[in-house]
Amino acid sequence: MKVPAPLVRLWHRLGSPRWFFETTAPWLPWLLGLGVVLLGAGAFWGLALAPADYLQGNSFRIIYVHVPAAILAQSCYMLMGTCGVVLLVWRMKLADMVLEAAAPIGASFTALALITGAVWGKPTWGTWWAWDARVTSMLILLFLYLGIIGLRQALARPEAAGRACAILAIVGLVNIPIIKYSVDWWLTLHQPSTFKLTEKPAMPPSMWIPLLLSVLGFYALFVWSVLQSTRVVVLERERRTAWVQNFVTEQGSKP
Amino acid sequence: MKIPGLFWGQFRRDGALALRQPGELANPLAFFVLVITLFPLGVSPESAVLAPLAAGVLWIAALLSTLLGLEGLFRRDRDEGTLEQLVLHGDPLVFAVLARLLVHWLGTGLPLTLLAPVLGAMLALPEEARWPVTAGLALGTPILVLLGGVGAALTVSLRSGGVLLALLVLPLFIPVLILGVSVAELAVAGLPTAPVLAWLGAGAALALVTAPFAIAGALSIAVETG
Repeated sequence: MKVPAPLVRLWHRLGSPRWFFETTAPWLPWLLGLGVVLLGAGAFWGLALAPADYLQGNSFRIIYVHVPAAILAQSCYMLMGTCGVVLLVWRMKLADMVLEAAAPIGASFTALALITGAVWGKPTWGTWWAWDARVTSMLILLFLYLGIIGLRQALARPEAAGRACAILAIVGLVNIPIIKYSVDWWLTLHQPSTFKLTEKPAMPPSMWIPLLLSVLGFYALFVWSVLQSTRVVVLERERRTAWVQNFVTEQGSKP
Repeated sequence: MKIPGLFWGQFRRDGALALRQPGELANPLAFFVLVITLFPLGVSPESAVLAPLAAGVLWIAALLSTLLGLEGLFRRDRDEGTLEQLVLHGDPLVFAVLARLLVHWLGTGLPLTLLAPVLGAMLALPEEARWPVTAGLALGTPILVLLGGVGAALTVSLRSGGVLLALLVLPLFIPVLILGVSVAELAVAGLPTAPVLAWLGAGAALALVTAPFAIAGALSIAVETG
């Protein structure tokens, strides 16, 4: 199989943190604007215009935060696992920088999903916390994130830390489906489903379109924040290079 | 395929070391028994209360005592420089890792499994669950050692990696715990346990062919980056 030339070129360019830093700069305001507009529209539509659920009333509206956060929590882990493979196979510095930048963001999305889930669980399940399969596997995901963050902080040398985190991210990536299925299985075998979300009625468009909008908005904001913190990591790690020093002096001399 | 000399050399060395310092291997086992003793004292000595908890207690104690034994798994080799020599050795590092883990399991996981029926009886584990739980531990403890080895290798260069090691490794242990405990519940309910045991066996096989490479990779990172 032959890889198209532009892709190969992009791949080689990704090896340069400087290229990444300079190319992504103009994207940031667009991504931020897109995210704010989509999320704003989704939130307004979802909170004010969408009809109340026939069983859950207005409490279902937290779905417009909860579901996007949960989706992003998992996407972010996939991103980190992929970066781990790229780092170990091609030794691409940028992958390590993304891996470092994405971990706290993913952890916050996971925490957000768990917290909004608890808030949602109180009125619908009657409890803040149930050892439901999904809740449990999200909690484990949070621990995996915390492990990666902890490992990076513990290892002093950035190169060692990056590769160690990459191995851990990949091991976790393999384990995520295993955790998910084992937890599902454990639940279906033993826990009588006392608490269950009301069976998802085929949502009317007035409910799922705003959900789609907020998921897309979350994605845009996620990309924006990962880019933003990766750029900070780039500046930190490349601080000895001439271009970073020029960039910083330029920024400093601006009024 | 011929098994390289590195495997046998490492196996003999680790085996001899383990036999000459049996205390080091006995400590995690004593810990295992101790944790199990705490439960009747802390929860209730009534067998009606203990019976439904027994399998879970056995597994959690097995998890914790495995964790306890992990920290020193590669630490001494790294401190005295043996690890560097193993990385430089002509045979792949994976074989040394496999031998080390095998000896470690023979010294901790296997005796723990053999103790399980006795301790299960002390915890009023229902009789029909006794052998399934033991079989589960026999298949599950190798997974714990293999996955734990990854955590131990990643934290080998840290002075005090104990708490971090627990944070890295315990979430990965969760599927083993869930499967292991569900074996007991199936057995008590009179259902066949073979499918879940097969899952544990599959997990052990998967861990056996993947984890040693991750461990070897993590160890060479630790050596290369000092």
